[in-house]
Amino acid sequence: MARFAIGDRVRISDREEARHHRVPAYVKGHEGEVERVCAAQGQPETLALGENGEPIQTVYRIHIPQTRLWPGYEGPKGDSLEIEIFEHWLESA
Amino acid sequence: MSDKPQPIGPHDVGGMPGGDIDHASHDYTFWERRIDAMVYLLFKKGVVRDWAEMRHQIESLGPDVYERLSYYERWAAAVAALMIRRGVVSREELDRRVAELEESAG
Repeated sequence: MARFAIGDRVRISDREEARHHRVPAYVKGHEGEVERVCAAQGQPETLALGENGEPIQTVYRIHIPQTRLWPGYEGPKGDSLEIEIFEHWLESA
Repeated sequence: MSDKPQPIGPHDVGGMPGGDIDHASHDYTFWERRIDAMVYLLFKKGVVRDWAEMRHQIESLGPDVYERLSYYERWAAAVAALMIRRGVVSREELDRRVAELEESAG
């Protein structure tokens, strides 16, 4: 069951994680909106070690304006990043 | 957010200056195609279980090796490490075969 819905404001966790994971440093700690709910997938942290990745996590496409990510961003105002993030890396914002 | 999150490896470079991009198109060499085919075959047979395993091995090569190797050289190094880990091939067998090939190549 998906914890977040389209339009929800979420924060991408900035917790430390030494294992393989699919959250680039530059989005950690930033807020965005759920653009869509994608399929559920196994967790990369344990799949990377040959384990089964359970419990599986809903993956969301998160919309973040580029101006929010990069101070002084000079591109067109509507530019955004759409990035897929696993539920266990998201918090309510 | 207090401290800025730090990159977790040599692959985690989003937002850093990257220099000029080489836009020239290029074909793949035969050995690159072989590595690609071998990894997909190992995946299909369930020996490589998930792409996360390959990504993890590539990210674990260490910054120096990661920077030095080309894209498919990283794949080759990663799949070799994974097959050793999985017990499909031993480090000794692999080293012996590399030595044989080096010898025959002169």
